[in-house]
Amino acid sequence: MAGIIKISRREFLLAGAGSTAAGGAALILGFFVGRRYERKKLVYPVPPRPEAFAPNAFLAIDGDGSVTVWVTRSEMGQGVSTALPMLVAEELDADWATIRIEQALANPAYGDQATVASRSVSRLWGPLRKAGAAAREMLIGAASQTWAVDRAQCTAERGAVVHVPTGRRIGFGALAGLAASLDVPADPPLKEPKDFRLLGRRIPRLDIPAKVDGSAGYGLDVRLSGQLFAVVARCPMFGGRAASFDAASARSVPGVRDVVEISSGVAVVADGTWAAVKGREALNIQWTGGAPDLSSAGMSELLRSGTETSGDTVNSVGDAGAVLAAADQPDRTVEAVYEVPYLAHAAMEPINCTAHLAGGTCHVWVPTQAPVRAQRAVAETLGIKVSDVIVHTTLLGGGFGRRSVPAEVREAVELARATGKPIQVVWSREDDIRHDFYRQATAHRLTARLDDSGWPVAWRHRVVASHRSAVDGASEIPYKIGNFAAEFVKVESKIPLGIWRSVSHSYTAFAVECFIDELAARTGKDAIAFRRHLLADSPRDLAVLDAVAEKSGWSTPPRQGRYRGVALHPCFGSHVAQVAEISANPRGKMRVHRVTCAVDCGMIVNPDIIEAQIEGAIAFGLTAALYGQIRLDKGRVVESNFHDYRVLRFDEMPEVDVHILPTTHKPGGIGEVGVPPIAPAVANAVSAATNTRVRALPIQRAS
Amino acid sequence: MSSIQFKLNNHPVAVNVDGQTPLLWVLRDTLGLTGTKYGCGVLQCGACTVHIDDEPTRSCQLAIETVAGKRVTTIEGLAEHRSHPIQQAWIAEQVPQCGYCQSGQIMAAAALLAKNPSPSDRDIELAMRGNLCRCGTYRRIRRAIRRAASASGAAASPTAQNRGQ
Repeated sequence: MAGIIKISRREFLLAGAGSTAAGGAALILGFFVGRRYERKKLVYPVPPRPEAFAPNAFLAIDGDGSVTVWVTRSEMGQGVSTALPMLVAEELDADWATIRIEQALANPAYGDQATVASRSVSRLWGPLRKAGAAAREMLIGAASQTWAVDRAQCTAERGAVVHVPTGRRIGFGALAGLAASLDVPADPPLKEPKDFRLLGRRIPRLDIPAKVDGSAGYGLDVRLSGQLFAVVARCPMFGGRAASFDAASARSVPGVRDVVEISSGVAVVADGTWAAVKGREALNIQWTGGAPDLSSAGMSELLRSGTETSGDTVNSVGDAGAVLAAADQPDRTVEAVYEVPYLAHAAMEPINCTAHLAGGTCHVWVPTQAPVRAQRAVAETLGIKVSDVIVHTTLLGGGFGRRSVPAEVREAVELARATGKPIQVVWSREDDIRHDFYRQATAHRLTARLDDSGWPVAWRHRVVASHRSAVDGASEIPYKIGNFAAEFVKVESKIPLGIWRSVSHSYTAFAVECFIDELAARTGKDAIAFRRHLLADSPRDLAVLDAVAEKSGWSTPPRQGRYRGVALHPCFGSHVAQVAEISANPRGKMRVHRVTCAVDCGMIVNPDIIEAQIEGAIAFGLTAALYGQIRLDKGRVVESNFHDYRVLRFDEMPEVDVHILPTTHKPGGIGEVGVPPIAPAVANAVSAATNTRVRALPIQRAS
Repeated sequence: MSSIQFKLNNHPVAVNVDGQTPLLWVLRDTLGLTGTKYGCGVLQCGACTVHIDDEPTRSCQLAIETVAGKRVTTIEGLAEHRSHPIQQAWIAEQVPQCGYCQSGQIMAAAALLAKNPSPSDRDIELAMRGNLCRCGTYRRIRRAIRRAASASGAAASPTAQNRGQ
């Protein structure tokens, strides 16, 4: 019943090109799962597993023919632990059934390993295919030596090398030893897309079986021998700290071992999570400092007033300012201000990290999107060398950007140092929502000038935000307008900010796509026809728009009581258009019934994963569009858990039709690109239903 | 603290913990069964769903003392080798993304099918609306439940089985 589900080896760090992976001691870490009631966990050194052939740090082939692929990005649901091995296996001509995956340890040799910006496949499309191709060429070389035949007569096919004239075959496993002695080719030939055998197919995900029986190992599931648990009381007001607390009361709670002040607050250490939580409740902390005057109303006022002054021009074409300044025919100038609130990530797995410091080496197990950043954070916190920090990336129970910040890693290692024990720091859901690194709140003033025929001749988009990255998606738009300007106005945020699925595009798409819709409505033009007219220089955007128009049945009116809205947005190298169909009853209750989506994400690795990501992005984006807001009152976050920070529920999920355009462009992103269009598509549908423009999110608040 | 006895995945167990400790934390921290997940702690997300005497139940606020003498089934004890029709359907429909909520989703869906082998769409919605999924796998969950329902129906009906061959 016991299953060892995580095996991490250190020796691969040393394995260079052309060497075998045999070497130093390996570390096998066992998580026992299943019907085992005793806590029996192991961390022990075992003899090295001498894979016969490991031509690079991405893959190894064992004597039995099994192929291990090291996944160097984080699996947070986006399917990267299937898509990346597919790239290797395609060029290797491996038998897919022999592919095994192992999560790579943090290792600066892989680059920063950060799983952000939807770039795992696009960044690794070349390197992983090359890694597979190099191994294939070496295996073919080994077979041609074995048979003493011309290598041009040999080819690789499903885990074996075949001598074409005679039909003889040797499996990769039998060739691995000899292949390992050959030089690694620097520039192995890559396949033409027409020869792809795996890429483009609906290969079942490798991570799914363990996710249906409870055996999948998330960060919160790490159990080490002698492990303690901790929760941290953090000041509810940002920037404040504990003035006093009652450590004795907390210590008197059964199961509580210790109370420790750390950089982020007051930690209660216990034998179990529940005792730690009860101990924290007994702390009776008096807080001091922070910014008690911080409020959502004040922030909103700051953002909106920021739209009234010009900012730094981040991009311009022609002279939008001059055209917009023209005083004649004021009815040809259209202006609108849009606003979006702070948002939390609320990944289903609450934030956590487990750390153990022993013998000068610190191991951390963390569901992180940024293992190398985590590794640096540990080294800095403890004052030890990066090479003495081993970061084990577990499965992530959602990430959405939050897990690129190592706040919980610092907490765990401070506590590991203070207690000398393996320790897991657990954030409650309330901790997560009230101490997040939030999607920033922004405001947008868009101003356009229309010509005699109602087409825009000038467009200015003033983005007011705390971080300059907010202009992405506003500084360049797919629509061709002769006079264009994008400006950035900075306002300070007093709460911590971070990246949030699709980053700036979650609000720039809202502003741009609602405004373009307003312009179409103002001039009485069809929303899709209006956009098409402006997309002459954006063929990929035009193609997804045309596809979504056709697939949604845009040209035929929706049935009685239904309304449609459209939105289009390119980002992360992909192009997405969506049509949302909604109903709205007189009491203001609205429902999204169906979303049609067309996507061009370049060459396709796995269409099933693409569809899943689009469906998921629509659910994620709808949650934000309909309900999402983090409010501040007297310096504190108002929301605390799923009852007041609502997440879309099962019966609120619309039908989703995804249409993937087959294109030969290089792969773009897929994890985030479905998010940006959904808010404006729904907002535009609501505007059609109510004749009132939606200019603020969430829609529930605005309508 | 006293010894609390109950049946866990068909095995008798006894735990010595504070009787107010929620079942969730006894499973995860005391017994090391980490398949049942913590998501919110306030009955809002369903990630901690287990079966108590076959009823789908949130374990995050269920004091362990109230479980004494009862049968508790967790995701680990649902079936051998992922053989439950719901687990099979979950794989066939490629439901999970991050997967963190799926233990709870599967336990809720399995309880639904045990009581109602051919649920309507509305039945499915009522049974599943308490289980949140931040990755948005709801449509695949619905498809998987339908698939499992029809697979079970086919198994129970010789005519349907013959048709399948």
